[in-house]
Amino acid sequence: MITKYFNKHTDAKPLVVFRIFFGVMMFISMVRFWVNGWVDKLYIKPTFFFSYYGFEWIKPIGNYTYLIFIICALASIFVAIGFKYRIAIIIFFLSFTYIELMDKTTYLNHYYFVSVLSFLLIFLPANARFSVDSFLNKKQYNQIPRWTIDSLKLLVSIVYFYAGLAKLNSDWLLRAMPLKIWLPSKYDLPLIGNNLMQQDWFYYAMSWGGAIYDLMIPFLLLFRKTRFFAFILVLFFHIFTRVLFPIGMFPYIMIVSSLLFFDATIHTKIIHWIKKITFITVTKFEEVKKYQYTNSVKKITTSVVIIFFMVQLLFPWRYLLYPGELFWTEEGYRFSWRVMLMEKAGAANFKIVDSVSNSSFYVQNSDFLTSFQEKQMSFQPDFILEYAHYLGDHFASQGHQNIEVYVDSYVALNGRMSQPYINSTVDLYKVKTSIFHKDWIVPFTSDIKIKGL
Amino acid sequence: MSKKFLSIVFLSVLINACSNDRSEESISLVDNFDRGSMLTNLSDNIIIPSYEGFAAKMTLMKNAGQTFTTSPNQNTLDEFRSSWLEAYKIWQRVEMFNIGKAEELQYSYYMNVYPLNVSDVENNIVNGGYNLNNVNNQDAQGFPALDYLLYGISDNDSDLIDMYLTGADASKYSNYVNAILNQMNSLTQEVLTHWKSSFRSNFINSKSNTATSSLNKLVNDFIFYYEKGLRANKIGIPAGIFSTNPLPNKVEAFYRKDISKELVLDALQAVEDFFNGKHFNGNSTGESFKSYLLYLDRNDIYISTRDQFNAARIEINNLTNNLSEQVITDNSKMTRAYDELQKAVVLLKVDMLQAFSINIDYVDADGD
Repeated sequence: MITKYFNKHTDAKPLVVFRIFFGVMMFISMVRFWVNGWVDKLYIKPTFFFSYYGFEWIKPIGNYTYLIFIICALASIFVAIGFKYRIAIIIFFLSFTYIELMDKTTYLNHYYFVSVLSFLLIFLPANARFSVDSFLNKKQYNQIPRWTIDSLKLLVSIVYFYAGLAKLNSDWLLRAMPLKIWLPSKYDLPLIGNNLMQQDWFYYAMSWGGAIYDLMIPFLLLFRKTRFFAFILVLFFHIFTRVLFPIGMFPYIMIVSSLLFFDATIHTKIIHWIKKITFITVTKFEEVKKYQYTNSVKKITTSVVIIFFMVQLLFPWRYLLYPGELFWTEEGYRFSWRVMLMEKAGAANFKIVDSVSNSSFYVQNSDFLTSFQEKQMSFQPDFILEYAHYLGDHFASQGHQNIEVYVDSYVALNGRMSQPYINSTVDLYKVKTSIFHKDWIVPFTSDIKIKGL
Repeated sequence: MSKKFLSIVFLSVLINACSNDRSEESISLVDNFDRGSMLTNLSDNIIIPSYEGFAAKMTLMKNAGQTFTTSPNQNTLDEFRSSWLEAYKIWQRVEMFNIGKAEELQYSYYMNVYPLNVSDVENNIVNGGYNLNNVNNQDAQGFPALDYLLYGISDNDSDLIDMYLTGADASKYSNYVNAILNQMNSLTQEVLTHWKSSFRSNFINSKSNTATSSLNKLVNDFIFYYEKGLRANKIGIPAGIFSTNPLPNKVEAFYRKDISKELVLDALQAVEDFFNGKHFNGNSTGESFKSYLLYLDRNDIYISTRDQFNAARIEINNLTNNLSEQVITDNSKMTRAYDELQKAVVLLKVDMLQAFSINIDYVDADGD
């Protein structure tokens, strides 16, 4: 049955349209990032960068960091026009992922989504038609293996569904947190800011609506009968969240992704429309009915894709391997489609102690971190540990001796009063970075427990 | 069946959201907190009156300074000194408002940077030709410079008076005193005039929740002042919290010696009054951070913050009047006061800021 499925074919156009939109949006993303001055602000100005476990070697490269953005932007154009597609998407994946790995401070689920999406796109024939590649080869494919488009749909569905599962917790559903904190602060929105955004019932409606939306939207998109309605919901939901929150390009990426679920008639129209506005004249190509992977490529591709999805399905559950409250310790929080679930803030003051003379002093975080880095650092244990080591090394290099690094830290989670966060008697300079449970986090002791997935 | 049901649920949520929106509009049920009236209260009853109060004391001090330098004697010295103290005390009520013209001019950096750079002061006096607007002279003017010139240049009053009367550089000293006073006075007038002319209406009309709006800047400035100007500068730095050893010379009003504790208490009271929306003149209160917290149903944050200010005050009251001396004799009392002040930083910076959901930085956040 599985081999039969892998031999099925479908119209190539939805994938082709997706390739074009994806490339264009990524190009806009890169330009936007640059124009906003974020390359400088986030990757050039800071003196210290937070690394992901195992990727400590990936750092910004000074002013050459701009070069990575240029490469990434150029690659996205190449993807959009389908020129040297395979190489272009590989370069895009590598450069984009490199950018994301440079500093953990900027971690966003939607950047991770772009990374995994572009990884998957490496294995898909998105240049099958309406691309420079097909123009040069004088060959365009009418049909492509069905699993290629299905795999993208599956990825989008996982993102939505897992985001929905993550919302099934008591803070989200029973306390309407964190929307109850965020929405009242949108009082300056026209029309709804001073009334709707101040209503208690509205926070609950948004919380429940959001959870149901995330859980159901993949299915509503999959079934033909509900598809159009689902698309309207997608539009409404993402535009509404765009108005409410500063979430950049993400809503548009999801809107474009949902087009994958439609059959090819709409994509035929879109291609016509693109031809019209870009004055691309139709040239006669050899029309090949079916795009086929060669046997060896097919074997590798399908196994990579299957492994990829097994990882995607299992990785978000790794938090179950850790004791303690996930929202508090954040062990297994990232890369799991946990989106907008927490309003978390902290304050962390580091104390450098000379263990022999017992003299000590506190560090001014602003001497080493940007305000954005300090904010992110103050409530995430892995950041705190990495920074503690950086401080220890820094003061060692300044000639300080017998260094121990302690932190006084408090964190407030989803409208609870702030509580001590890291055990202030643990010398963090001696703690090794690892993926194992961090027993130096003060356990979550709030009376308001968090129950749920 | 379930599909249809869910479609209906979705549709009704959608319609519900829209229709309720409209009905709210039509009956104009607006039950939100009025940030406009909070900003109005803070500017009209606290910020502007504080500046006015300070400007009046400033003028008195300037006049007393002129009188003293024209005819230096014990009487005029006493007058000058007491007007300096009065102005310095009210200054504690305005230093936190680093917004508008004050921010643009770096007002507080010309008024109260300590420790004083004594050698710069002496060089300026002897060599002349100084430019007080120069950033390098920020730690050679303002209240700390007057502190030095009124108490620090001699151990006894008659010698000090002689420095201005018969000393080799008498006229140079007098000139420097007046130059500082003029600088302080004109900056103060500039800030006050700006508040009273155009800035007030800009301030109270900028109600949005963006990084540059009044409320967000005010909240951030308030917390920054509490953390830096009060907690660190007045207690933390002299107590050696940020250095390997205590630094008793870095207290405020180092040369006058016995008022550094009084100034901390004034500053803490000013912070608390601002937090509570208490008017500068009189005892009535208006909309403030406190009432905003209560509107947001965060009585817990208000109570904790109030109690924490009180706990800090108790520890500060345990200190001797001369904090420099306190650091030398028993610094543990200083660090205890610091610890209590620090706990309120957490409440303001973590809990209150989270409750207000203030935008500090414009960067993409996560969304679905």
